[in-house]
Order: sequence, then structure tokens, then C-alpha cells
Amino acid sequence: MASILRFRKLCYVEPVKCSSLGFQSYVTPKVGKKDDGIVPKVKTVVVEKKREQQKKKKKKRQPKEWRCIDYCCWMIGYMCTTWWLLLFLYHCLPATWPGFQVPESPGTRLKREGLTALHPVVLVPGIVTGGLELWEGRPCSEGLFRKRLWAGSFSEIFKRPLCWLEHLSLNNETGLDPPGIRVRAVPGLVSADYFAPGYFVWAVLIENLAKVGYEGKNLHMAAYDWRLSFQNTEIRDQALSRLKSNIELMYLTNGYKKVVVVPHSMGVIYFLHFLKWVESPPPTGGGGGSGWCAKHIKAIMNIGPAFLGVPKAVSNIFSSEAKDIAFIRSFAPGLLDSEILGLQTLEHIMRVSRTWDSIVSLLPKGGETIWGNLDWSAEEGHGFSFAKKGQASMSGNNLNNSNQRSLQLKDPVKYGRIISFGKVASQLPSSQLSTFDSKEFPRTNTSTNFNSSCGEVWTEYDEMSRERIRKIAENKAYTARTLFDLLRSVAPKMMQRAEAHFSHGISENLDDPKYEHYRYWSNPLETRLPDAPDMEIYCLYGVGIPTERAYVYKSSPSEKCKNIPFRIDSSAEGDEGSCLKSGVYFVDGDESVPVLSAGFMCAKGWRGRTRFNPSGMETHIREYRHKPPASLLEGRGMESGAHVDIMGNVALIEDILRVAAGATGAEIGGDKIYSDILRMSERINIRL
Amino acid sequence: MSFPRRRKAPKTQNSELHEIDGENEDDDDDKKRNPKTNLRKDKRWSCVDSCCWLIGCICSIWWFLLFLYNAMPASFPQYVTEAITGPLPDPPGVKLLKEGLKVKHPVVFVPGIVTGGLELWEGHQCAEGLFRKRLWGGSFGELYKRPLCWVEHISLDNETGLDPSGIRLRSVSGLVAADYFAPGYFVWAVLIANLARIGYEEKTMYMAAYDWRLSFQNTEVRDQTLSRIKSNIELMVATNGGKKVVVIPHSMGVLYFLHFMKWVEAPAPMGGGGGGLDWCAKHIKAVMNIGAPFLGVPKAVAGLFSIEAKDIAIARAFAPGVLDKDVFGLQTFQHMMRMTRTWDSTMSMIPKGGDTIWGGLDWSPEGDFNCSAKKLKNNDTQTADQSGKGSLGSTKRVNYGRILSFGKDVADIHSFEIKRVDFRGAVKGNNLINTTKCDAWTEYHEMGIEGVKAVADYKVYTAGSILDLLHYVAPKLMARGDAHFSHGIADNLDDPKYEHHKYWSNPLETKLPNAPDMEIYTMYGVGVPTERAYVYKLTPAAECYIPFQIDASAEGGSENPCLKGGVFSVDGDETVPVLSAGFMCAKGWRGTTRFNPSGIRTYIREYDHAPPANFLEGRGTQSGAHVDIMGNFALIEDVIRVAAGATGEDLGGDQVYSDIYKWSEKINLQL
Repeated sequence: MASILRFRKLCYVEPVKCSSLGFQSYVTPKVGKKDDGIVPKVKTVVVEKKREQQKKKKKKRQPKEWRCIDYCCWMIGYMCTTWWLLLFLYHCLPATWPGFQVPESPGTRLKREGLTALHPVVLVPGIVTGGLELWEGRPCSEGLFRKRLWAGSFSEIFKRPLCWLEHLSLNNETGLDPPGIRVRAVPGLVSADYFAPGYFVWAVLIENLAKVGYEGKNLHMAAYDWRLSFQNTEIRDQALSRLKSNIELMYLTNGYKKVVVVPHSMGVIYFLHFLKWVESPPPTGGGGGSGWCAKHIKAIMNIGPAFLGVPKAVSNIFSSEAKDIAFIRSFAPGLLDSEILGLQTLEHIMRVSRTWDSIVSLLPKGGETIWGNLDWSAEEGHGFSFAKKGQASMSGNNLNNSNQRSLQLKDPVKYGRIISFGKVASQLPSSQLSTFDSKEFPRTNTSTNFNSSCGEVWTEYDEMSRERIRKIAENKAYTARTLFDLLRSVAPKMMQRAEAHFSHGISENLDDPKYEHYRYWSNPLETRLPDAPDMEIYCLYGVGIPTERAYVYKSSPSEKCKNIPFRIDSSAEGDEGSCLKSGVYFVDGDESVPVLSAGFMCAKGWRGRTRFNPSGMETHIREYRHKPPASLLEGRGMESGAHVDIMGNVALIEDILRVAAGATGAEIGGDKIYSDILRMSERINIRL
Repeated sequence: MSFPRRRKAPKTQNSELHEIDGENEDDDDDKKRNPKTNLRKDKRWSCVDSCCWLIGCICSIWWFLLFLYNAMPASFPQYVTEAITGPLPDPPGVKLLKEGLKVKHPVVFVPGIVTGGLELWEGHQCAEGLFRKRLWGGSFGELYKRPLCWVEHISLDNETGLDPSGIRLRSVSGLVAADYFAPGYFVWAVLIANLARIGYEEKTMYMAAYDWRLSFQNTEVRDQTLSRIKSNIELMVATNGGKKVVVIPHSMGVLYFLHFMKWVEAPAPMGGGGGGLDWCAKHIKAVMNIGAPFLGVPKAVAGLFSIEAKDIAIARAFAPGVLDKDVFGLQTFQHMMRMTRTWDSTMSMIPKGGDTIWGGLDWSPEGDFNCSAKKLKNNDTQTADQSGKGSLGSTKRVNYGRILSFGKDVADIHSFEIKRVDFRGAVKGNNLINTTKCDAWTEYHEMGIEGVKAVADYKVYTAGSILDLLHYVAPKLMARGDAHFSHGIADNLDDPKYEHHKYWSNPLETKLPNAPDMEIYTMYGVGVPTERAYVYKLTPAAECYIPFQIDASAEGGSENPCLKGGVFSVDGDETVPVLSAGFMCAKGWRGTTRFNPSGIRTYIREYDHAPPANFLEGRGTQSGAHVDIMGNFALIEDVIRVAAGATGEDLGGDQVYSDIYKWSEKINLQL
């Protein structure tokens, strides 16, 4: 990083140098002319002068050699020296700069209160944040053995982008390794403490846990390959067996203290899968027996849980255009932009990310019952009223997304239409909408493969005919149910693969033996929680940030091959006070996960003794209202509610530390709710 | 070119102006000002600017080279090497992959002393900002930045041998713990890379990292490391279809794993793992000991006695300049001594078996070893100068049994000529006056002049009396260490006292587990001179200094080429003598003996040292040195074959270059 900085500095120093040269050359000719005028006059001293000149020549030989290059060097040297001097001064600075008080970390404070490490802690990272390293690769990846391909500095994207993409893709048929390539999760705490240098994920939490006495033996990071479907992590890497063995070991070596599990984002549903896996009998399960969870787990503290999926995943699969499925896009937006280098980056991204089964686990679950249909959604009305409250507390710097001043709205926003083609279609009453059953999508005409001239087929859109593309766009609006037909139509391979591993419905009868299959284990609406009445489930998430909920699309037909025919219609802006901005409808949430997805299970689905939670384990909702960092020095803020930044939120860290040190949910204050999650949940009509 | 000319012009004009002054006053003023500024500029150029220019030049060239280096294809160095030395042999992993070998048995690595990384989990004020940074291993940057703070954090508590209050330093976990010791200095990395070629990955490889400063049992007490290893081995066996693991310990890891094998089968109330009596038989296919110091290393003695072992692995070799006490006047040696004496693990490496194994005053198993003959064979730079001298003169027997002797003459003469005064009863003098002056406190300051003199008067120490000596000079360390380690030979292994954990790491005081199908390999380098006995002298200034020093002036010359710089050397791998590495497999455990009741098969694989042919080869692919052997292709090939399912017979059984059988024969041990 430092070298890049220096290089940049170098680049922009250059013009300065040249201008100084220009100045010189502008001055000197004038003097020279005058010189010429004077010399002929003085003839008497010519000899002397000549002698002197010779002397001078000798003396001034050095300056004579100062040339453009020398000035460059001089400049560079000057900059370097200054840079080093500043660096040196910076290092000499006392750690506690007077005037800038570092606020005390929650770990230190709680240690003074007398908290010490009690329950072992297991961290389960989410999608994208875990590091991946290379174990075997193609010749182009020479020298990268056991180097990180994902996370870390990402330097290989810049050096050999195509090679990098090839190694991160999985096999499009099996969803496992392509032949000759083995990319594996980095094990241990290092796998997800920092995503990129300086961009913490778990590091702050780990540091605070260490303050109260945690260390390697009672702190475990359950790293897994987040590209795979959950069951495949067990089949290929035995990641679930490993997690089971580690939990048992920690339970044993820490005086039979149950563990506290802290999953984040997709890790939440990964751990749901684990809960079912571990108690199921061996061929597909872990064979831990039905009391395993009750015996080993004290609490699950889900951070930013994506229980019911995220709408972002839809747009990501559909057109690789989610604002960011965490960081991909925000990390290098310029680089990924397809227009700049003509490299069709988006298409590459689509091709790679469609081989990752895990994304399918994030598609909205529960269909129209949860996410609303063409005319109804649980959040209608609430998105606004809340956003207003949020505005009052936020110092207004995050509100460019939607202008929420107007109080009334004639029509509630139809959030149920997760994808609609055209702004109009997203607002019309359903009776006026020209829609037909999406199952009618012709799926047979793959033979009309008119674009064979495109050579290599990159995305499955290349295989689709214009006709079908037009048809898709004609069917104005898609809800959480019809969405799946749409995705099956545009990404048949991925959905076929992934639907063997994930399910997105609501079960009618949980006793049906089909629900013993592992594809249902990660869907909270199709599984029961384990029989562990003493276990506690927490939902910890940020609120007060506009979160993507529904999209306005347009089709962008193009003659070019290898083109994605659909785009978010970023010209679709709502009028004053609408939630629509740049083609995206927003609701309350933590920037990635809407409140409904994060909170519903804890607020209603599992609250009390329901059919999803037969043993009646306690659930607690802890919301954290987003406050952007007050100053630049705070970095990503100590009170942030954003999906990843919340891991540095002091209130959240304090809650986790207290629970890890033995507190129960009631002791840390039970529910803490700012959003309308309870009212929204009320409106969802689901049998419990 | 036009530019310098222009610059020259004003100056000539300036001189003119002075000669024809008064001719045009008005113009003169203008002109003077101009040249003057120019002149001043020139003056400045001469000094600071030249510096800047130089720095700029260097930086630009550096960046340019860096750019070239980054743009260079990765295979370029290999290409150059091949151009010079001819085509390189395939790495063993690639070669064996072509033969069709595939991943089979899971592999467990047990790193040795010093090579494992340690990271900070809790520290004092001075260690601010180092949370989860490596203090040991890696770049050692902190050693230079804040040396005293570093020493404080690396040391353990001198009473308990555990963490000092407020400091928690823990071993790094995972393969990264010991793949590289410092950037570019591989330990396990080459082996890991070659195993990966035939399909190994994280789920089939496990680095049993532990805090190598602690005594073995304390790693379990504090960190539950042994439980962790047990659980991981069980997990790997379970997830790999019941295939047993191949364990590969290195250096002190060998003793650690011996301890583990006893621990895991001992019942839980005895401080054991409660795995049951057939745990090893069920879970372990083979133990492939690399550079095994089964019976200890003489280096450990010198290390404890005066911190002067050439290197207790790498620490000294790594930063000899910094550790030198004369450079900074920082009494580095004293600090080192204070630090290393808090590490119980060094005790595990003290020679075991006493005079029976290591020789008495006048006898030693290796007595007839001919240093010169050996050295002719290898043209290591380190020994090349000796070979010329030693080859001609008739060598006489070396009294290797005298591990420490005071004065070169004492090391040579016959035992009845030595006048010895017993030091054991000697009163330690009590001159506490000076201790306050010394920053670094060592236990020598408590001994006083009398104590020091008494030690020197005893003249000669053999492996048996060395323990008494160490008890005398390092009472605290030995008091702690005695509770965790034992260095004797058992008369009756059925004695219930041998169920105590202090005996578990001594192969002469434990039985191997009951696992007839298991195999034990000992793999070590030979052909490198290895420290075996020392000539000491008293240092004159005994106040703040360590009162004993290796007498570096003691040279054997042509008469006794094994003595050089005050050190008698024998055959070995630079750290571990052949005797220590090979004896157990050559004799102690061969067949069914009382140490090996179930008759586990043992194999000796020696690797003759060949130094790297040229500079480009780095640390060589045929090295036999203690750590560099981990990059030895022949050794890696053996390891991979066994991991892929081969037995000792398939490898070719024993492969011996040294005189280990002959020497083992001479040792009179009841089997």
C-alpha cells in the first residue's frame, strides 16, 4: 500500500518538476541575450575573461551536469526524505495523543467489572468474509501455493485477473472443485479477522474477548468454504465434523462449560444447518444424538442474521447487480465496471458467482406469505415511518438514498414485487398488470442457439433466445414465489444444482419424513429447532439504514455477445418522499438484510412454543440503531449498525461479552427494539 | 545540452560586470540581482540537494528494479538455475505423483523447540499494539524495536514455569505456526508443499503446535494442547475412513510425542488422556522422527550453563550480531540466560542415561571416531580448513565422556592425573554487593566467588555429574525441571513410580505403547560435525558477566582434529549427535526389548550431508543439517511414501552411513 502511495505521489510530482524547468528556461534566455550584448564591448579583458571562464568552467562542471533527469531524481529524493521524516515522526508519536482520547474498549471496561472468560466461544463467519487459499492450481497460478486468493490484499486480481477468476470458480455441474484446482478455506482466527488489511471483520470482537481472558483454547473460528453449499462443505472438507469435534473438545477442556456460538450473516443459516446435521443419524448427519445441542450449546448469538434470505441475492443472481452482496462491488466499483476496460467484468463476475451454490441459500424464503404478493407486503407503510425516525437520529449523512420527508403516501409501496419491469409496473394495481403464470416460460427452445457465433458461452443468457428474454420482460412483476421460476429460467444450471441443497418454502407439516433431507436444514421455516429448552437464541442486528428490498428492472437488449440483457433501471426515481431511488426500493435494515428477514423468526416464528420451536427455547431481539461515525478518526464507527461494521459496535460487543461470561438474555435486558418488527410480524399470516 | 549552457552564462556575466562597473548603473542593479539568486541556488545544490539527488536516484532505481522483479515471470529464477546447473530434479512430490501415489494416511507434524511461532494475547503496557502479533518467529521486528519489553514477554515465571502475571503468550495454531520460521527460512514448508502435490490439504494435515517453552505436561495443564492433539488425531482418523495417522515429529517434538503417547494411554486421574491401552495401536500407523534427540543433546548443557551452545537450533545463528554482548553493552547474554532459564523445555534436552550412554571419564562409545576421515568426505566450508590439518597426523582417542572440562589439558590427560575437588558441598559465597549494578540478574550472582571456584575445581564433568552441576548453578530451573523431566535409566520399568509424567519423555524410563503394527523411524543427517564436549575456562571479570566461557582458544591441531574452538565434535546433524538420534532404534528398541515390549519395528534412515552445490540452491536439497534436512529430497520422498501407505520394508529398511551399530554395541545396557 505504501509503495502504491509513493508511486502515486511520484506521478503527480512530475508535472511540478517540469513546470519549474519551464520557468528556468524562460528566465535564462533573457540573461543570455544581454550577455551577448555586453561581450563585444569589452575587448580589453578578453584574455583574462577567457582564463576566468576556464576556471569557472572547472568549478561549475558539476552544476553543468544538472539535467532534467537530475531534477527528477532530486525531486524524488526530496519527497522520499520528507516522507520518511514524517513516517519517523509518526512512529515517534506517543500512542496516546493528547487531545485525542481513545474511548475505552468494552473489553477493558467489563474486565474491570470483573467479567472473565467462562463459556468457550465459536465464531461462524458469513459469506465473502472468509479467506480462501490455493492448494493446487493451474500453471498460471504458479507461486501462489498456500497464498490467499480471496481476502487479504487481492493483489492477484490486478496481476492475473483471468487466472484468478478461473481459480475461484467452481465446477458448474457439480458445484465442487473443477479438476486440477483446489481452493480451500484458510483455517483459524486469521481466516476472517480482517477481510483486507485494515478492514476488520471479527478482529475487534476477538480483541475484546481476549481482554476478558479468551485465547486460542476457548475461542474458535469455524472457517468453511463459503462458496459451497452447506452439505458440500461436509462432503468435501468435513467442515461440519470438524466443527462438531472442536465444540466437543472445547466443552471438554473448559470444565464442561457449554459454548456460545456467534454466527454472522450467512453463517447464521450455516449454523442452523449444523444444528440439524449434528443430531441426524450418520450417513448424511453427524450422529450426535438428539441431546447434543442441549448438552453443548448455551446460546446462539446471530449477528445480522439472514434467516429468511435477502432480496439482494436475487438481483445478484439475476444480473450481478446487487449494490453489494457484502463487498464485492463496494470493494472495487471502478474496477468491476464493465465499460472502462471493455473487459465485461460484470459478465465475468456473473459467470463466477453463478457457480457458487451458497448464494442460493440467501434467496428469499417463505414465498409470498413472508415477502408479500403483488398487492400486499408486511412492510408497506412501515418502511417510511421508520426511516423517518432513523433520520432524526442519523445526522443526515446517510440519507441521500431516499428522501423520506413526506408523511403520507397515496398507495403503499408494493414491496412484494421484488422484481418489476419498469417503474410503472411496480406501482400499478395488480388488476391492471399484464401478467401470466411464469411457469409457462418456454424452456424448450434452447435449440434456437442463434448466437453460436459468440464462441465460448459465458453466461447462460447467451443460450437464451431473444424471444425468451422479451417474454421475461413482458411479465411485468415477480414476487418471492414467481421469482424462482424466473431464476430457474435464466440460470437453469445453478438452480438445478442448488435446489438439491436448499429449499425456500414453508412446510405444511413438519412431521413429514421428507423434511429429514438436508436441503431443508438451513430453512428456519422448514425445520424444527433442536430439543434444547435451556438454549437461547439471539437476533442481533442493526437498524436505521435503507436496505434494498425490491428492484425496478429494464431490459437492455444488445447485439453484443456475452451481454447481460437485464439491468436495474437506475433512472427510476421516486417522487418526493418515495422509497424508490435509482431503481431500488428501500426498507429499514442493516444495509444488506431487511429487518423482516433478520427479526421475524425471533419476533414471531420461534417466540414461545411454536411448531418451529417445539421445546420453547427463549429468543431475544437486540437491535442497534445505526449512528454513522462522528469523525474521520473513528474509522468505521463504534456505533454503526451496518451489516459488517456492526461487528465493531460497542453495545453489541458488550452484549456478547456478557453472555459469554455467563449472563442470560434476561440479564442483559431482554428485547431491545427500535424498528416495527413486531407489528410487521403481526401482519404475516403464518401457522405456528 | 542547452540547459547547462544557459546556466553558465549569468556567471560569466557577473564577473564581467565587476570589471566594467560604472558603465551602466541601472542595468547593473537588475543584472546583479538575477545572478545572485542563481548563485545562491548553486551553492545549495552542492550539499543537501546532492543528498536528495542521490536518494532520489537510489529510490528510482530501486523502484525500477522492484517493478522489473514484479513483472518477471515466476519461473524465471528456476530458469536461471537450470541454465547454470543443468535441469533440476523434479521435486519429490511431483515425481511421486507421476508414480501414482495419492493421499492416504493423514499426517501430523510435531514441531521442535524454537521453530514454532508465539503470539501475544495479553501483555504489559510496553507491548501495546502487538495483540495477536508474532513475538517469536516471523520477522522478529520487535526484538529490535523494544528489546527489553520483548525479553520480558518471552520469559516465563521463574517459580512456576508458567505465564508471568499479566502476560499471555500463546503458540500460533495451524500450519502457519511452523511452516516458515522467518520469512524465507523454511522449516516445514517444503514438506507441506510436496505433500500437497499428491493431494494433501488442511483436512489431512495437522500441525500439532504447542508452546515449546513449557514443560510437556504444562502444555496440557495450561493450554490443553495434548487433549487437542488427541481430539484432532481422532477426528482425522474418523473423517478419513479409519486410516491411521502418520506422525512426523522434529527435534524436540520427538520427545514431546513420546510424552504424548504415554499420556494418551494413561488414565485420566494420573494426569493422562484416558484413551485406553490400545489408543496408539488404533490411531497411529507410524512415527517418523526427524533429527531425534532421544537421549538429549550436549548442546543443551552448554546452553544452560553459559548460553554458549553454537545455537540451540537457530536463535543464535539467526541474530548473532545482535545477541553479542559487546555491541551494545546491553549484557545480552545475561538477558538471554535469564530468559532461557525460565523455559522448562530446555531441560528435556539434557543428556539422558548418564555415564552408561554418554561415557565416563576415560571411556565413551564414540571414542574411536576419526574426525579427519569423516571430514574429508564433506567439503563443507565450515570444516574444510580442518581436513587438511587432521588427515595426516595420527589421531588419538578423544575423551568424549568428559562433557565439560576446565582447561584443554584436563580434557586430554588420563583420569587418575586429574585433581578434583568436589563442589557439591561448597558453600555459595554471599556477595550481594554487586548485584544491584547488573541490569540482568542471573543466578550466578548468588553463587559468589567461592561457588564459581568450586565449580571450576571439579575440573571434569561427565553426563552423570552434569546434572549435579546444573543443580548447583541453576537451582530454580532444576527444581522446576525435576518435577517434569527425568534423565536416568530405569532398572525396573514395572516400578509404579514410572507412571509419573516426569518419566514419559525419557525413552530409557518408559515402555513404548502396546502397538505391534506401529512403526518407528528415526531419520537424521550425518556427516556434519556436531558438538559433543566442551573445554571451558573461567572469565576474569566475574561481576556482571557469566563466569564461565567456552575456551575458544583450545584447538586440537593435527593431534586431535576433533577439538576446534573449545568444542569436541563428533558425527551428527550439527545439533544432535548420531548416538542420541540413532541408539534407541539401533539397539534400545530393536526387536522385543524391555523398552519395546510389543516389538514395534524400528527403522534407521540416515541421510549423508551434501552441502548445496551453489548459491542458487539456497539451503540445499541434500542437506543433512538439523533443520535444513526438512528440505532434503530423499527424506521427503521417504515421508511421502510412508504417508501414501508404504511400510519400512518397502522403503528399503535401514539406510546407515555412520558407525551407529558399532557404537551401540559398546553401550552396556540391559535390554
